[in-house]
Amino acid sequence: MTDVSTALASTLVTLTQVATVAVGGPLLVGLMRKVRCRLEGRVGPPIHQPLLDLRKLFAKQRIRPDHASWIFPAAPVILVATALVIAVVSPLVTTVPTWGRDADFFAVVFLLLLGSVFLALGGLDPGTPFGGMGASRAMTIGALAEPALLVSILALSIPAQTSNLPALVRSGLDQPHLLASPSRLLALGAFVVVVLAESGRLPVDNPSTHLELTMIHEALVLEYAGADLALVTLGESMRLALLLGLLVNLFVPWGVATHPGAAWVALGVVALAGKVAAAGVAIAVFEVFTAKLRLFRLPELLAGSLVLAVVAVVTALGVG
Amino acid sequence: MSSASLIIEAAAGFTAAVAGGTLPARLRVPAATVLTWGACASAAVAAVTVLQSGQPIVVNSTQILPLTGITLVLDPLGAVFVVVTAVVAVAATIYGLGYARHGLSTRTAAATLPLFVTSMLLVPAAGSVATFLWAWELMALSSLLLVLVDHRRREAARSAAQWYAVMTHIGVAAILFAFLMLSAHAGGQTFADIQAHAGGLSPAVRSAAFVLALIGFGSKAGAVPLHVWLPKAHPEAPSPASALMSGAMVSLGVYGIVRMGDGLLGGGPAWWWLAVIALGVVSALFGALHSATSTDLKRLLAYSTADNMGLVLIGVGASGLFAAEGSPALAALAMVAALLVLVNHAAFKGSLFLSAGSVQVATGTRDLDRLGGLMRRMPVSATIFMVGALAIAALPPLNGFVGEWLLFQSLLHGLAVSSTGVAVAVPIAVAALALTGGLTAAAFVKAMGIGFLGRPRSQEAARAGEVPRTMRFGAGLLAAACVVLGVAPMVVIPAIEQATLVVIPGVAEPLHGGVELELTGLRGVLSPVLLAVGLVLAVGVVVTLPRLLQVRRPQVRRPRVRRSDAWGCGRELQTARMQYTATSFAEPMQRVFNDVLRPAHDLDVSHTAESRYFIESIAYRTTIDDAVERRVYGPVIDFFRWWGGRARLLQNGSVHRYLAYGLVTLVVILVVLT
Repeated sequence: MTDVSTALASTLVTLTQVATVAVGGPLLVGLMRKVRCRLEGRVGPPIHQPLLDLRKLFAKQRIRPDHASWIFPAAPVILVATALVIAVVSPLVTTVPTWGRDADFFAVVFLLLLGSVFLALGGLDPGTPFGGMGASRAMTIGALAEPALLVSILALSIPAQTSNLPALVRSGLDQPHLLASPSRLLALGAFVVVVLAESGRLPVDNPSTHLELTMIHEALVLEYAGADLALVTLGESMRLALLLGLLVNLFVPWGVATHPGAAWVALGVVALAGKVAAAGVAIAVFEVFTAKLRLFRLPELLAGSLVLAVVAVVTALGVG
Repeated sequence: MSSASLIIEAAAGFTAAVAGGTLPARLRVPAATVLTWGACASAAVAAVTVLQSGQPIVVNSTQILPLTGITLVLDPLGAVFVVVTAVVAVAATIYGLGYARHGLSTRTAAATLPLFVTSMLLVPAAGSVATFLWAWELMALSSLLLVLVDHRRREAARSAAQWYAVMTHIGVAAILFAFLMLSAHAGGQTFADIQAHAGGLSPAVRSAAFVLALIGFGSKAGAVPLHVWLPKAHPEAPSPASALMSGAMVSLGVYGIVRMGDGLLGGGPAWWWLAVIALGVVSALFGALHSATSTDLKRLLAYSTADNMGLVLIGVGASGLFAAEGSPALAALAMVAALLVLVNHAAFKGSLFLSAGSVQVATGTRDLDRLGGLMRRMPVSATIFMVGALAIAALPPLNGFVGEWLLFQSLLHGLAVSSTGVAVAVPIAVAALALTGGLTAAAFVKAMGIGFLGRPRSQEAARAGEVPRTMRFGAGLLAAACVVLGVAPMVVIPAIEQATLVVIPGVAEPLHGGVELELTGLRGVLSPVLLAVGLVLAVGVVVTLPRLLQVRRPQVRRPRVRRSDAWGCGRELQTARMQYTATSFAEPMQRVFNDVLRPAHDLDVSHTAESRYFIESIAYRTTIDDAVERRVYGPVIDFFRWWGGRARLLQNGSVHRYLAYGLVTLVVILVVLT
């Protein structure tokens, strides 16, 4: 009896977390658009517009280019599937997600990479110039962002002696003094740059222009239409929500549910939504005042982020 | 029984070589292949026996080789390498049945391939210096002949073989000196003698022996800057031989370093291992960077071999470093990680080289800029390549991911060792691991996306068709191994732990668990099965859920999916030439790393005869050659060439002058003697 109810409860928690990410992702994108529009003196679409767009796109016909193989339709599916798996195991709403034991930070990073790789392959598959351009740039930036990402994970993992995500979040709750340690703050700096790069925000990529030549992501997904495009959009917004969710929980863990129970989980959802929304607004405000960097200036930004991360590791070792 | 299987292995292998060299054309490849399987099977039996019992198999014979005799000692460390070699060899020879008429059916090739396999099976089983060097040299020479198999059709094979011959023999010389120093002191030439006396050596001799061995074995492992032969020889060899060289032979370089450093010398000071880590970091980054910018499919794979061996060396170096700092448990973890990366590398690199060979057979080219559209023309081979590519990019749920996870974990937990060397080396190693991972992903998105997706970029690619069944099966076998090792790494981890205990005795097994991989005594868990099942379930949900939720609008009746021209921003006529090529794909990367790669640009603009304002044609060429080769080896070669030129003055073909030399020498000798 108790086994069944525990299993049911944990399934519910998991579903809550996945639903929060799946619905919250598009809402987050809508919120960020709204903030940017208001700051630029425009009214802007309603916050739930991305959800409406998704509903419309899912009902539309899929159009597949003549020369594309099975990779083209598979890529969006894999993109969303990896985001789903991460949403299931990560400590977003609660630090005790059902499969939290296996939520290794390293694994999460490589799941994200799996999604990016398939999206790049999907961009190359139709055999058009834009897809190739997007794929080439996206993979270049992804490769350069990787060292900063993994080294900042290393810095975070040193005090906790593990790269298990729920344990990392819990260590922040148990030892709040670690959160303000120089090492954490440096790692935070590195991590924020990586999140901007991985999710294609300014100053790395401009999510709101539709000039394909200046863009990375928009060029990559140019050939997608209908339900395929809906999956791509959903996947990208989920990834943004996941990255920001992990960011806020690692650096400002308060509010995350530490025990099973409906009240805790509800509190966790609210806290997560609030924190991620705040982070999203901050990024949107930053984007209004920032210009996109030239593609070949990006390595400097990412190298700077790597330096921050390495200093974070050294500081963590010195303190520990 | 078990020592008999080692003898059967050698006998079958050499019989296969004889059969390949003597039988008539129709029989020689099948006969040699079957006998090679026999050798591999009996070697695998011996290895598995060793791994299960933990007891080495010893064979001593004074009759076979005059003066020194033959000593074979197969311990668990060697057994892991024997199993890896045997599996890659079986897959490559199955593939070779279909590939044979593309250059492997000649007498020389049919005799050399089994010889090569047999020598690689014997190297890890060698128990004395003479036996080891004998097998090592046989391996070097037989692989050299395999590189030369196609030399009549391709000029490049000759220069590649020259480079390989020189580099491998510099390596042999270094190894020979290292062994001579050790066995002179030990007073015997068996590994057991050397190991027993290594403790009493002076630190200077030990270090000299280790550095020489690192140079010798490092050149075999393709460690930068000793890698120059690798991106030349691997692409020129026939694909089954490339797969064997890259999957098995290169690993034996690492075997040598581990056997010498951890085994015979029993570990050493921290600076040895910091040097190994440095070598690993440089190889990983340099290899990954070149594979990200190469446009030749097999050259790309060869550079990525240097990159993967770099990762293995990082693991081996970290292991030695942790042991030197007094943490054997962490040392064992790092060694398990390194060996796991090595085993995984054999699986994915084997399948990648074999399917690259299929592409070459089907299209006649390895140039990515002339390929494309193969996913629809040769779906099985392309899918096999894709599995290998995703595995090498360390993407879950395939095997490369598990290896890199373990390597990362060992580095992370290694930071607990408080020493300056660790604090400096480990963050750099992690950054290198990460950058390598990103560059490898870019390299293999390029190989996959440009080579197999999109539209065919040449007539040859457009006409390509699927390759014979044996070739698909051989390559598919190794791709299947990538999946199995990715989902259930516990299949091989106990064997790797046995091997680790040989060089780092007296520690607990660093990993435990069946479905989950859990670090012993440390906080780190990974469940590859759960990851794989989760991904499959998630894909199921993503495919079915939108269909279930979809609101049907009855007035619209149309197919769900429509095929159409690509949109391409409304451009009406899309041609294959408009696509990105491998060169253009890698261009941003190449610009970012301009200072390391130093590409050569060449722009020719020719004008019409009437006016300089009208351009007739523009030719742009960019080549990325190996900066290490040009900068380091170029001057050395020039030096020898210059002295060679001087020597020619002495030797001008005139008999009179030669007689004069003889007279002068005689006079000088007489003067000196009197």
